[in-house]
Amino acid sequence: MGRPMQVARYWRHFKEKYRMVGTKCKECGEIYFPPRQVCPKCGSREMEDVQLSGKGKVLSWTIVRNPPSGFEYFRPYPLALIELEEGPIVLAQLTDVDENQIDFGMEVEMVTRKIREFEGDGLILYGYKFRPPIKP
Amino acid sequence: MGKLLKPNKEVGIVGYGAYVPMYRIKAEEIGRVWGVNSFPIQEKSVNNLDEDAITIGIEAARNALKRAQIDPKEIRALWFGTESKPYAVKPSATVIAEAIGATPDLDAADFEFACKAGTEALQASIGFVGSGMAKYAMAIGADTSQGRPGDHLEFTASAGGAAYIVGEKDSETLAYFEGSYSYVTDTPDFWRRQHEHYPRHGNRFTGEPAYFHQIISAAKGLMEELNYSPSDFDYAVFHQPNVKFPLTVAKILGIPKEKVLPGLLSGIIGNTYSGATLVGISAVLDIAKPGDRILWVSFGSGAGSDAFSLVVQDAIEEKRDLAPKTMDYVNRKKYIDYALYAKHRSKYIL
Repeated sequence: MGRPMQVARYWRHFKEKYRMVGTKCKECGEIYFPPRQVCPKCGSREMEDVQLSGKGKVLSWTIVRNPPSGFEYFRPYPLALIELEEGPIVLAQLTDVDENQIDFGMEVEMVTRKIREFEGDGLILYGYKFRPPIKP
Repeated sequence: MGKLLKPNKEVGIVGYGAYVPMYRIKAEEIGRVWGVNSFPIQEKSVNNLDEDAITIGIEAARNALKRAQIDPKEIRALWFGTESKPYAVKPSATVIAEAIGATPDLDAADFEFACKAGTEALQASIGFVGSGMAKYAMAIGADTSQGRPGDHLEFTASAGGAAYIVGEKDSETLAYFEGSYSYVTDTPDFWRRQHEHYPRHGNRFTGEPAYFHQIISAAKGLMEELNYSPSDFDYAVFHQPNVKFPLTVAKILGIPKEKVLPGLLSGIIGNTYSGATLVGISAVLDIAKPGDRILWVSFGSGAGSDAFSLVVQDAIEEKRDLAPKTMDYVNRKKYIDYALYAKHRSKYIL
């Protein structure tokens, strides 16, 4: 019954998945998301946690109609490349948005939503998605 | 000692935030499916596929933090009131605490008392801060409530919630508590047994001995203890399972309709259960003036009510705009039909 569910694998990333904590290189100042232990730019191992604002813009997107297993109930859903205002580019689902509303450069903000559930008795995985900002 | 609940230190709300999902279904659309043509409300909110009580709680908590402008690491307790816990066993409060960056130096737990779990968490927060044990405590009430398809609860059971950060009273306090009063009796008007998907209710028994008796006793008890009469309050928010019940309470207590309508959202978002009065109060705080006194009475089946008297302070003026207003969420809406509603409520088996 059921698919493999590796709790530790997900639990290890809660901080970045729930609230977008990235890393910043203490040497060159480059910001990374997901977090890195070594700076690919300058090679430094001096990295510190940094809370990202969760604000960004849509670079490109697609509508997923044939999702991977575990995501069937959500179909169809938009998947987008988002450039965060701090620089990093993340791949994430868009939510609370109509397909025809999505556009290049559209401003979005991070929300924490349910990503997937592992069967009826498994873990519920929460993580970041993006949506058009709420006023103000 | 009197019946009034009042801590040694004066405490108040330093931050509040609400959240209501964007999807709506009209009552007449539900009626179309089940052959009903008179409705207790106009329309109700529906959670998105990726929303549950926890995600609603997270966004409400983040809005409360934006207004409070405090470091989440200073929160010593996060208590989450809900009757739609995503996990039957495993705290929801820890997920919210992690998501807002409040872990690990705090107490966290889930509260359940049907629709009054949110104010239950608030009572506890007032005590925690008022005793000097904690600088800040956060109380949240949120639900994606269940109603059996075709049952009249399906017309109102909706999704939403709000969060309140309680701190010691000072000039930064948005509104302070003058006192509270809780009234509880064992009245089985509504329940959901272990492993059951939907609650059952006592039909007409839910009105007189349950809702009306607890709310009116709590409101009168609080006013008696504080030596106030209904005319001392500028706003009143009562638990809102529909539109008629809270307006009837106001009429019985002699509170004019105009003081109740700003916090009465059930007609357009439905009954958000543990979130109901918390969302209503947030809408009032969005518009209230410094000096206004607010009567807040929740109700939870089973049954009981918590009553609070709240006085708005000057700080509200500069802080209310730091997060989206409750009506920003209420007015952000997309209508769905019953087929999509059933999908959002996870009624299909793939």
